[in-house]
Amino acid sequence: MTAHLQLALLALLIGIVVSVPLGVVISRVRWLEHPVLGLASIVQTVPSLALLAIMVPLLALLGLPSIGFLPAFIALTLYSVLPVLRNTVTGLAGVDPALIEAARGVGMTKRQQLWQVELPLAMPVLIAGVRTATVWTVGMATLSTPVGAPSLGNYIFSGLQTRNLNSVLVGCVAAALLALTLDALVRLIAAGWEHQRRSLLLPALAVLSGLYLYAGVTLGRTLSPTREREIVIGAKTFTEQYILSEILARQITHRTGLAARVAQSLGSTVAFDALRTGGIDAYVDYSGTIWATVMHREPGPPREEVLRGVESYLEGTHDIKMAGSLGFENAYALAMRRDKAEALGVRTISDVVPHASEMTIGGDYEFFQRAEWKTIRDRYGIGFKTERSMDPSLMYQAVANGSVDMISAFSTDGRIAAYDLVLIEDDKGAIPPYDAIVLVGKKAGGRADVLNALQELSGTIDAEAMRRMNLAVDAEKQHPATVAQSFLDSLWTNKR
Amino acid sequence: MIEVRGLCKSFGDVTAVRDVSFTVPDGDLLVLVGGSGSGKTTTLKMVNRLIEPTSGAVRIDDQDARALPDHLLRRRIGYVFQKVGLFPHLTVFDNIAIPLRLLGRPASEIRERVNELLDLVELDRSLAFRRPQALSGGQEQRVGVARGLAARPKILLLDEPFGALDPLVRDRLQQSFLQLRRSLGFTGIFVTHDMAEALLLADRIAVMQDGVLVQIGTPPELLKFPANPYVERLLETPRRQARTFDALAGAKP
Repeated sequence: MTAHLQLALLALLIGIVVSVPLGVVISRVRWLEHPVLGLASIVQTVPSLALLAIMVPLLALLGLPSIGFLPAFIALTLYSVLPVLRNTVTGLAGVDPALIEAARGVGMTKRQQLWQVELPLAMPVLIAGVRTATVWTVGMATLSTPVGAPSLGNYIFSGLQTRNLNSVLVGCVAAALLALTLDALVRLIAAGWEHQRRSLLLPALAVLSGLYLYAGVTLGRTLSPTREREIVIGAKTFTEQYILSEILARQITHRTGLAARVAQSLGSTVAFDALRTGGIDAYVDYSGTIWATVMHREPGPPREEVLRGVESYLEGTHDIKMAGSLGFENAYALAMRRDKAEALGVRTISDVVPHASEMTIGGDYEFFQRAEWKTIRDRYGIGFKTERSMDPSLMYQAVANGSVDMISAFSTDGRIAAYDLVLIEDDKGAIPPYDAIVLVGKKAGGRADVLNALQELSGTIDAEAMRRMNLAVDAEKQHPATVAQSFLDSLWTNKR
Repeated sequence: MIEVRGLCKSFGDVTAVRDVSFTVPDGDLLVLVGGSGSGKTTTLKMVNRLIEPTSGAVRIDDQDARALPDHLLRRRIGYVFQKVGLFPHLTVFDNIAIPLRLLGRPASEIRERVNELLDLVELDRSLAFRRPQALSGGQEQRVGVARGLAARPKILLLDEPFGALDPLVRDRLQQSFLQLRRSLGFTGIFVTHDMAEALLLADRIAVMQDGVLVQIGTPPELLKFPANPYVERLLETPRRQARTFDALAGAKP
């Protein structure tokens, strides 16, 4: 909530500070109106999630922190510009020319005309723009979770992922309430100002400045240098990652006493870029993902070789250390309903080829773009009737209820057993091995205590254990942190 | 004293005012009369440079109007607008106070002066903290006049100030205005399309037609020697009204 407030309030403030003067300039220099408003409109037509996502590579390109507060803040600010800008221009254009002449007639300078007549008269329209921007910004701030800025979106994203409806509701309702509260504050301030009612204006202003003060102070604390000693663990957008990131964070805190925080629901490549650029300090990735997506290598070599290849590549090229593999594989695997597989007599991907033209396949957002998918198609010469991208949390349900015939499952997902799905064997070895590996960035990699703590986790989680933990979250609705803690409790007891 | 010499104004291809010259001696009121599009308002606005002339010059008290930055010039000249021009986001008090505040007068003086002005234009002081929207048309225009007079300007320009008012209110305001002139003695230019109003208020009348000044003179001079048929037609209306009125009154038993 605090992080959400920081993001939204600061983005709004800067948005207003930028767009009101810009609006004034535009209304003075008429030929600027179309280009500037056009540009702002284009920014607005970019889907909000895409705008946030595009900030990550853009900032990385500029050598700025590409994960966390900055990309979310910039995207939100851009988004808040248009409504305020447009309403400033409209409001100023709507001022009766007779009143502007009257202002000139009584002897006001240009500046006095603007401050004493034009802006006050444009204020109601301008305020309406600010209110629109407020609601948009607060709403859109929930989408900043995947770029690594914590927000109320964390509840929504992780709730969707772990099918925890309550968590989704908490996120939605809180964001809506926040939007309504801020909107009401702006409205009160506007009304108080317009009717010169101090009793309305002062309390509303006080509450708003209080919120700003709170957001500013807490933000200052988060961004202050003490944060240097905090370890940030990344997590991609699925259950297993939530659990593993909690395990990593708690293990580090337990062994080293350092504060460790989890940055949840990062996009897959966002997580890697974040590690590379220091936005996060460690996370769990999978050898095959690095092999195919980052190194652009063909699958084929055996498990051990891939693992070593990945390790030396990361160390050599990106200064990223591998603190061991956790002991299980989470492979991409095609899965379908057991009854359907049996009816078609399908056991391997080769068996699927003749039926594929009649089948629909569902995959997570990145699957159909990934090197693995291309390799599968090339090796097997397989072509499905339809390829459908969907949220990984909905994928399993979709195949279970027959909306799609086949999905790109994760082999450790607890829902494979829960929905009685079978994994289709990759008989031509098109999919590389996916050992879960702990990757550590430059900063944390330089600390022996952190590395040791993480290395202690090597080989402690087998596929069965991971599947059980995933199921505990997905089916039994336990919190990822709880599952992580009970795993660590038994780990620490056994070590003793 | 206001001296206007060879004033011309073109908007693109259209010439709105062509070679207009006149002088308003101190304490005099000149009324500019003409139909719509005759250039009378444009001429008025060139006096305080709300519109910059294409050519020609305006001298105020023997000083070229262009010698000062335009906003400083306007602060010395009272102006009453056709569409009233009161600011809807300000109270009556604040509207009247604007010229004083622009001149940087102290708050206590402003308070005193605004009350004085409200009395002067015969407005109840209790109206001071209303918004203009809460006033009647006549009250609004009184506020407009008060604002024009606020800084005790030696010169007052009025652009059809009573044009939109109903006849009774208009008559009352005209009487008030005559009284104000007698007590304050400012120099003024008053624009109207109503010849009856011009005859009532003016020391001298200037008639404009199609951007040209066709005649200038005292009301008796105009009545006796109208310069052309247009001036004659303008004078015909009040004359006929007076005759009809007399005839009706005389016919009564």
